[in-house]
Amino acid sequence: MYRQAQWNEPVIFKLGGKGRRGCTLPTVDDDVGKLVGNVADTLPKSIRRSQRPRLPELSEVEVVRHFTRLSQMNYGVDSGFYPLGSCTMKYNPKINDLLAGATGLSELHPDQSEETVQGILEILYTLSQWLAEITGTDEVCLQPSAGAHGELLGALLMRACHKRNGDSDKRTELIVPDSAHGTNPASGTMAGFKIVVVPSNSNGTVDLKALKAAVSEKTAGLMLTNPNTLGIFEEDIAEIADIIHEAGGLLYYDGANLNAIMGKTRPGDMGYDVVHINIHKTFGTPHGGGGPGAGPIGVCKELAKFLPVPQIAYDTKRKRYHLDYNRPESVGKVRGFYGSVAVLLRAFAYILSMGAEGLEEAAEISVLNANYLVKKLSEIRGFELPYAKGRPRKHECVFSVKPMSKETGVRAADVAKRLLDYGLHSPTTYFPLVVEEALMIEPTESIEKEELDRFVEALRQISDEAYSDPNLVKNAPYNAAITRLDEVKASHPKTMALSWRMHQNRNVIKAAASKV
Amino acid sequence: MPKTHAHPYIPNTTPETKRGMMQQIGIKAIDELYSDVPQKLRLKRKLNLPKAMSEQEVKKHVEALLSKNTSTRDMPTFLGAGCWPHYVPAAVDNIMQRSELLTSYTPYQPEISQGMLQALFEYQSMICELTAMDAANSSMYDWASALGEAVRMAVRVNNRTEAIVPKLIHPERLATLQTYVEPLKMHIRKAEYNRETGLINIENLKQLVSNKTAAVYIENPSYLGFIESQVNEIAEITHDRRALFIVGVDPTSLGILKPPGDYDADIAIGEGQPLGNHLNYGGPLLGLFACKGETELIRQMPGRVIGMTTTLKGDKTGFCMALQTREQHIRRERATSNICTNEALCAVASTVYLALLGPDGLRELGETIMTRSQYAMHKLNQMAGVKAPLFSSAHFKEFTVNFDKTGKKVHTIHEALLKQHKIHGGKDISKEFPELGQTSLYCITETHSRNEIDRLAKSLKAVLGRKR
Ligand SMILES: Cc1ncc(COP(=O)(O)O)c(C=O)c1O
Repeated sequence: MYRQAQWNEPVIFKLGGKGRRGCTLPTVDDDVGKLVGNVADTLPKSIRRSQRPRLPELSEVEVVRHFTRLSQMNYGVDSGFYPLGSCTMKYNPKINDLLAGATGLSELHPDQSEETVQGILEILYTLSQWLAEITGTDEVCLQPSAGAHGELLGALLMRACHKRNGDSDKRTELIVPDSAHGTNPASGTMAGFKIVVVPSNSNGTVDLKALKAAVSEKTAGLMLTNPNTLGIFEEDIAEIADIIHEAGGLLYYDGANLNAIMGKTRPGDMGYDVVHINIHKTFGTPHGGGGPGAGPIGVCKELAKFLPVPQIAYDTKRKRYHLDYNRPESVGKVRGFYGSVAVLLRAFAYILSMGAEGLEEAAEISVLNANYLVKKLSEIRGFELPYAKGRPRKHECVFSVKPMSKETGVRAADVAKRLLDYGLHSPTTYFPLVVEEALMIEPTESIEKEELDRFVEALRQISDEAYSDPNLVKNAPYNAAITRLDEVKASHPKTMALSWRMHQNRNVIKAAASKV
Repeated sequence: MPKTHAHPYIPNTTPETKRGMMQQIGIKAIDELYSDVPQKLRLKRKLNLPKAMSEQEVKKHVEALLSKNTSTRDMPTFLGAGCWPHYVPAAVDNIMQRSELLTSYTPYQPEISQGMLQALFEYQSMICELTAMDAANSSMYDWASALGEAVRMAVRVNNRTEAIVPKLIHPERLATLQTYVEPLKMHIRKAEYNRETGLINIENLKQLVSNKTAAVYIENPSYLGFIESQVNEIAEITHDRRALFIVGVDPTSLGILKPPGDYDADIAIGEGQPLGNHLNYGGPLLGLFACKGETELIRQMPGRVIGMTTTLKGDKTGFCMALQTREQHIRRERATSNICTNEALCAVASTVYLALLGPDGLRELGETIMTRSQYAMHKLNQMAGVKAPLFSSAHFKEFTVNFDKTGKKVHTIHEALLKQHKIHGGKDISKEFPELGQTSLYCITETHSRNEIDRLAKSLKAVLGRKR
């Protein structure tokens, strides 16, 4: 069995000693010092820092060892299989990271004059063209920092479009399916819409009748991922698009599941008006334990005029790339500068190494791998595949362990924790909300068959354990860096410690503090 | 030529593996798995993309493109304005390449993600120490979007309709704020500044703040580099009307500048990029976000928060995501924010950076930056017709350089600097703030050697001396 490093690593504030330093700074020339004097003294008293921040004092070696140990207590895609459905955790090719670290990017300032940044502008411009081709949209904006940021921008563009048509006071509702990711309703609300939820039908797809009942002259649009979060392709997408468009609304594509359809079909061709792309899912760029990502959006012509400034443009006459701020109807900005460029560069390198064929192949194999798992996992006791049996899944599938939970008391969360002991990351749990005791599994194309088989075998063993010794599963994990955590304590007002300072001021976790 | 091997990133493409798996599923062709995609929606051609390249070719191609850029390493560059050149210690870059951190996802399974969780808890803790706040989230996209979220948070707390910002705010931050609050139909008002000092005009601020004011926002150091010293007055005026006080900071100043918490700010935001993150042509950046320890503030905070806890058995301390009931994946349309993917790895870089510097290093960093920028101001201000800085207040890192009396446009001066002297001057702000005349914004950090500053002065002199 697997065993993760357990370092008992103290919080950094407990390490080091007075006077230690991990980094020195260049010294200021004596005569410069003489000329300008002690600058800190020139600060008005009202704004001078009186107490040093209580940062730790460490030598370089202590810092490096501390973070190396922490990294060893962390699981990443390079550590093993990461079947986190909808999050598309596939392998991140190393060449991409290498290129993103090059000084030709890392030391470029965003306000540099355009003639000194022609290379990066060409990369970004070309990438936006490729993404437009892959998504079947007319124009791509690279600025959003993540998928949800793209959703917010997309929803704001819809709003701007309706406003332009004199319709914004009327079109106040955004429709999302009950299987949608939480960011969809949250983004819609942030953009000022009221969220209307439509249920899924027994096939796990959008219920057309319910959709027809939900649309009205108040409808601003529908947000829908396709394949949806159950991994099922919304066959009726053309009709859905018609229903929305006829009602005067716009159709938004949540790009989290684009990996399944690259080169096969395109959101733009399905009738979508706005599409976001989770670069950190589909385009081989690492997720950094929570980010940075990038969430470019592609739009139809009608919406392009509302995109944030600047757009990256090419002047064919002068053969020069430039930043185009001339967009009078722009919604403005959603962040500083132009986007997560270091992440976007990785996507550029990734598409270069894949080509059209490679992307299509990635889609095909991600789907093949998912259906292989559907077949194998369906045979496991206590597992069931809800919705549309016999229909192919796309890149992901959602199993329910409700039967197991009823029969043994072992829940999806327990299965997830026990998997960690087998050296595998868990699937997404309890999502989508339409499936009880859900395990949402996405293998991606980057996993070899032998690893899929190991995963199946681990789940089969966990099922056996659940039926023979449920407590074994319920108390897992045993081999991760730490045993199960008290998540309620972490959020309770009386015991909450969101910083070292808060912890010390309240000394809330008394019992365990001595062991930190 | 038929393909003889699998794509390096897609192991199951070998014919035997593929065939074996298809057999198990009971299909003859992969296309059967796409049978539910209606024919009329199928893409019936290949995507129009370049042909796949080998790794060597990719490397060569991308490097060739990148070599068309002239980086700040290739020429002295005096640009700041929201993204600042700082030295990134080798240890930071090294830790960032640890693949367990780089290639992990959001720590949904805390038991196997303790490393990232503890690192992010330490990040939150250090940001709280710097800003003198109690709670911080584990990152936002950048300073601009953090501002948008901070004002939205203030509105959730007090349900009011206006926000006040300084007139000399960074234009991109203002634009982002406007986009973020547009759906709330809020009114953004701009507080006048004192022409002599650049500081907020206190009388004007008093007139603007009312019981409609959700928040008063200041930047310290300001966009134009001067330090807002009237912080106590501003806090008082804001709190007299029960509005929230939001302060945006450059964290490299906080070794020597008073932290927002010490002058009673309710929310502190800022840009974390200068703490160990490269310029990267402006992205990714790192949005800082911290607030006071009051429960009603913490409950309205956007973003992911990591908390310290114990194991269920109570025998060990550990870390997990806290207060998730505020977040979109649980709260959906009633969430405090839609943010999901954030800038966690950049936050870890900042943690490593701050750990390397320590409290004395951070103070020295602030002093070095301030000393060098003072020196640069001194040199430039001696030039005929040049005023640096425009305002009489103390400055940190950045300062205005006004060329009105030289009779030349910033634009022409900078072009000559670049073309003839291979120096990238500051940022031309004459269009952003026309009332400041032909003015640019220069940035000096610990990376600018005395030689570079002297070279800038000499080159500027040559440029300004030329008749045209
Ligand atoms: C289906 C779906 N939509 C949207 C998002 C949001 O994307 P991001 O995390 O990049 O903001 C996710 C990511 O978790 C997702 O899985």
